[in-house]
Amino acid sequence: MSNVPAELKYTAEHEWVRVEGDLVVVGITDHAQDALGDVVFVELPEVGRALHKGKAFGVVESVKAVSDLYAPIDGDVVEVNAACVAAPEQLNKVPYGAAWMLKVRPKNAADAAGLLDAAGYSALLASIAK
Amino acid sequence: MSTATLHRTSLFDRHVQAGAKMVDFGGFEMPLKYAGETIEHLAVRNAVGVFDVSHMGEVFIEGKEALLALQRLVTNDAARIKDGQAMYAGLLHEGGGFVDDVIVYRFSPTRFLVCVNASNQGKDFLWMRAVVAGAGLDCVVRNESDRWSQLAIQGPKAADVVATLCGERIRDIEGYHFAAMPVLDDEDAIVARTGYTGEDGFELYVKNSVAVALWDAVLRTGAVPCGLACRDTLRLEAGMCLYGNDIDEEHSPLQANLGWIVKLDERPPFIGHAALVAEKAAGVPRLLRGLEMIDRGIARSGYEVQDAGGTTIGVVTSGTQAPHLNKAIAMAYVARDHAAIGGEVHVVIRGKPLRARVVKLPFYKRPAATA
Repeated sequence: MSNVPAELKYTAEHEWVRVEGDLVVVGITDHAQDALGDVVFVELPEVGRALHKGKAFGVVESVKAVSDLYAPIDGDVVEVNAACVAAPEQLNKVPYGAAWMLKVRPKNAADAAGLLDAAGYSALLASIAK
Repeated sequence: MSTATLHRTSLFDRHVQAGAKMVDFGGFEMPLKYAGETIEHLAVRNAVGVFDVSHMGEVFIEGKEALLALQRLVTNDAARIKDGQAMYAGLLHEGGGFVDDVIVYRFSPTRFLVCVNASNQGKDFLWMRAVVAGAGLDCVVRNESDRWSQLAIQGPKAADVVATLCGERIRDIEGYHFAAMPVLDDEDAIVARTGYTGEDGFELYVKNSVAVALWDAVLRTGAVPCGLACRDTLRLEAGMCLYGNDIDEEHSPLQANLGWIVKLDERPPFIGHAALVAEKAAGVPRLLRGLEMIDRGIARSGYEVQDAGGTTIGVVTSGTQAPHLNKAIAMAYVARDHAAIGGEVHVVIRGKPLRARVVKLPFYKRPAATA
């Protein structure tokens, strides 16, 4: 069963969000990395890029598959995790830790609260597994 | 396709018990991976892995004129190989495109085994039977695919594994040769020194009834169970074609860089012979080439290949980040004028033309044996 930390928020496209002060940290979930297989390539936007909720902001590729990354909320990119780009295989090991992808300044501070909570995301995963 | 319609090999329960991720491949529910595609890939390059390839089809051609039937059916010369030898060949239609790519095993001039791709099994069998009947040849074409299981044991330590199970004599089987011999309780098994990974290796053809015992015995030797994901990356590093990706009914062996399996002269003509002679005379329009990405990106099947001016000159047929070579490699059909080895082309990746180098296939060649 996939790991779904209780303190995070989630999208239906398998990104996670962690609120850190007035910023949010964005990454992909344990389920996402497991479904992709061995990750070999990540393409992330530059600092300053505007994200639009539901629109693609980057790409993650495994040996077998190519998958778009979708913005969980509207906001501006303030930091990109260069370590994730340089060592994308970390996404298979620590998707909620060192392999975070972006730090974003939300356009509306309340938006993150509207995402799926851990229970909601777990229910979504259970429905996919059926 | 719903899972209810998929075939399962005799080893299906073993795969599920081992926690393999199962996928539909060629109408079979097959293991994509067990521990992970990179680990499995490297196990085959560095030690030994085992694949369930029971989805492959086995068609026997037997009778007085079996050799003539093979000469009619395939591009390579079945008269030039000896009994106990195997050859890679194309099964073509009249237009010169691939019906399938196959391995032909010659037991004698009156008995051959043709190993065919799972997805083409039905089509191939009907095609071979129709050709033989149409030519009035005195031989029988028999589809025995449902009776046989097949395990591919591949890697530098493959011979040690097979010797443990079948005896030291298997070390005398040369590359692309085989021996009919007992394997476990199957008195009439086939041990072939063939494979689809670029490594030394064996393919063991056994009756379904011994498949599980053989699988368990192979795993006890320490061989790593491997799935289709790493089979694909291994064959791509080794520059081998995958039917449905790199070759199909629209592409000829001359286009696919497989001139070496086409014998046009000093033998009776095969189906598609005239088309290949004409193609050769007119000039082959496009050629299958290796590409190595120069810019950062991974070329994938279906991506467009362009020249520096942005004109379309080809299409990628297979591509990945190669786990052993650790670089982005691909195979692509490229217009002949742009297919020179060492040249630079662009692959369009998510709208951006990224630079790639045209290279000679294969990308990977195993080191010569030192023993």
